Amino acid sequence: MSRTMFEKIWSRHVVAKGPGGQALLYVDRHLLHEGSTHAFGRLEKKGRAVRRPEACVATADHYVPTAPGGGEIADPEVRRMVADLGRHTGRLGITFFGRGEPRQGIVHVIGPEQGVTQPGILLVCGDSHTATHGAFGALAFGVGSTEVEHVLATQCLWQRKPRVMRITVTGTRPFGVMAKDVILSIVARIGAGGGVGYALEYAGPVIRAMSMDERMTVCNMSIEAGARAGMVAPDETTFAYLEGRPFAPRGDLWGRALAHWRTLPSDPDAIFDREIALDAALIAPTVTWGTSPQDALPITGRVPDPAAVGDPARRASMERALAYMELRAGAPLAGTPVSRVFIGSCTNSRLEDLRAAAGIARGRRAAVPAWVVPGSGAVKRAAEAEGLDRIFTDAGFEWREPGCSMCVGMNGDTAAAGERVASTSNRNFEGRQGRGARTHLMSPSMAAAAAVTGRLTDVRTLG
Amino acid sequence: MEPFARLTAVAAPMDLPNIDTDRIIPARFLRRPRESGFGPLLFHDVRFGADGGERADFVLNRPAYREARILVTAENFGCGSSREMAVWALLDHGIRVVIGPSFGDIFFENCFKNGALAIVVPGETASGLRDALAARPGTRLTVDLEAQTIAGADGPPIRFEVDAFRKHGLLTGRDELALTLEQLPAIEAFEARRRVEMPWLG
Ligand code: SF4
Repeated sequence: MSRTMFEKIWSRHVVAKGPGGQALLYVDRHLLHEGSTHAFGRLEKKGRAVRRPEACVATADHYVPTAPGGGEIADPEVRRMVADLGRHTGRLGITFFGRGEPRQGIVHVIGPEQGVTQPGILLVCGDSHTATHGAFGALAFGVGSTEVEHVLATQCLWQRKPRVMRITVTGTRPFGVMAKDVILSIVARIGAGGGVGYALEYAGPVIRAMSMDERMTVCNMSIEAGARAGMVAPDETTFAYLEGRPFAPRGDLWGRALAHWRTLPSDPDAIFDREIALDAALIAPTVTWGTSPQDALPITGRVPDPAAVGDPARRASMERALAYMELRAGAPLAGTPVSRVFIGSCTNSRLEDLRAAAGIARGRRAAVPAWVVPGSGAVKRAAEAEGLDRIFTDAGFEWREPGCSMCVGMNGDTAAAGERVASTSNRNFEGRQGRGARTHLMSPSMAAAAAVTGRLTDVRTLG
Repeated sequence: MEPFARLTAVAAPMDLPNIDTDRIIPARFLRRPRESGFGPLLFHDVRFGADGGERADFVLNRPAYREARILVTAENFGCGSSREMAVWALLDHGIRVVIGPSFGDIFFENCFKNGALAIVVPGETASGLRDALAARPGTRLTVDLEAQTIAGADGPPIRFEVDAFRKHGLLTGRDELALTLEQLPAIEAFEARRRVEMPWLG
């Protein structure tokens, strides 16, 4: 019988079946960060062991300072959290990339970079952007803190099987259109709740032609469409990326793994619960105007008018979003002044993202404060080896230390109330980057364009 | 986990779709220990002004809804971040049941893991309930998990679906970890098979 990639991976991981369609699934890899300390603490209190410490990799990302040179953590509560993660991982024998460790970085950047993320595995992390790892043809999804504790203790998780939606992107990407524009367009198309209850498979020639960094950007924002998991079938691009990475299989095992990985893609006549198709030719550089990632439009567009919307609930939420964002219906998006720029986050902080942004920054000057926060120590070093840091600093951008930073501001990297941020992150929720701060999501090259002009700008016009 | 069987309480309507977990509890509060209590932080930045004072227009601040222990929401409530503190904040504030047309998948799961009941009803049922609660502020609903019904609004009780596994977990307040550990032989057998079939995974 024909099966989807999702079905192949899911069925391979069922340990036992429970009532109500629940299955006990085996977790191959578990990624952890400071947010996991609650779960570690509860386990310690209950005196329970961690079943497979060698299946876990931990890093410090959400709370670490990212100011150039790092420095001490000022807040005692945060200092304790980061220290606690070090203590727990140390006592349990879990690999930990802490502060100052060269491999430290955002959990969804370091997993793939180290080769921990592999095709066909089931990977979880106590973070909603875990779908990022699906770019490798893994089943990867975010879980809550009780589930983190459960996985630590049992290496398993009770789950109900989601439905599967295939999103096919056809055609070719026009000039200036990045992976971020593709996923923002997908989220706008199916809506912030359109993927609830689904695992997504991204397919079609545009996805196939993408690099791994680009596929990760796409899968990363699956949760912004409501889906816990998003995946891309593994292929030669995937295998070439993984070969030789520290945690990837080697020698004879590499060959055996490869043979398995080649069986993973969905069968040609597999049936999906829902199918969506998008023509890439119609996608333009995209920005969000509202407070939900689904509020995305081409930069050539205008702020939508709530009065033109029939559904009263939708109208009310648009009015609220425009009031929060301080935008006027009908105004062109391009030209909107921004207060600052953030280039970073698990969506867009990898080497290719930084190259794209540097390509725009080169020889220009930032008109507003602009931060570049590499996703990991490895990304930072690779970028510096290419001289990207110099391009940014010569253009007046700030080159910072790896971490989540202003994506969520847990470490204190927040924007002030009323500030308007051009951001390469994934969420434009009210208050996401600081209480009262306003977020416009966009690609790294669009963010760099906003930095050098001080306004939302169509990057294609910069030449 | 505290078992849940039945609750009669004031229900409050929240009409906005896509209420994210950042709005339910802002990120800057997540570092706090569980014991510190998350109730006062629930919906913090929309419930309180920048000066710390209550915003009179926020639904849970209105006199009729102050005692609400049930929320009736719009689409995709609890979308966004996986932060379980969103559920802790609801629970600590006293809210034990959320009823809506759809929920963020991770939030939905987190509810059941913490003894909160998330009920999915058709969109029209949810909007009908919200309208009824808005028309008669302070209306009390009775949510009966055993019978799978919501009563107290206009018309006959509304029946809802809940999967048997989750229902049993809430009714008994069971320790899911202990339940899973009963499956230890199956887990060990799986691991042994995996070592042979996929040795590269260790
Ligand atoms: S970069 Fe942002 S979205 Fe990604 S893990 Fe960190 S806080 Fe979460």
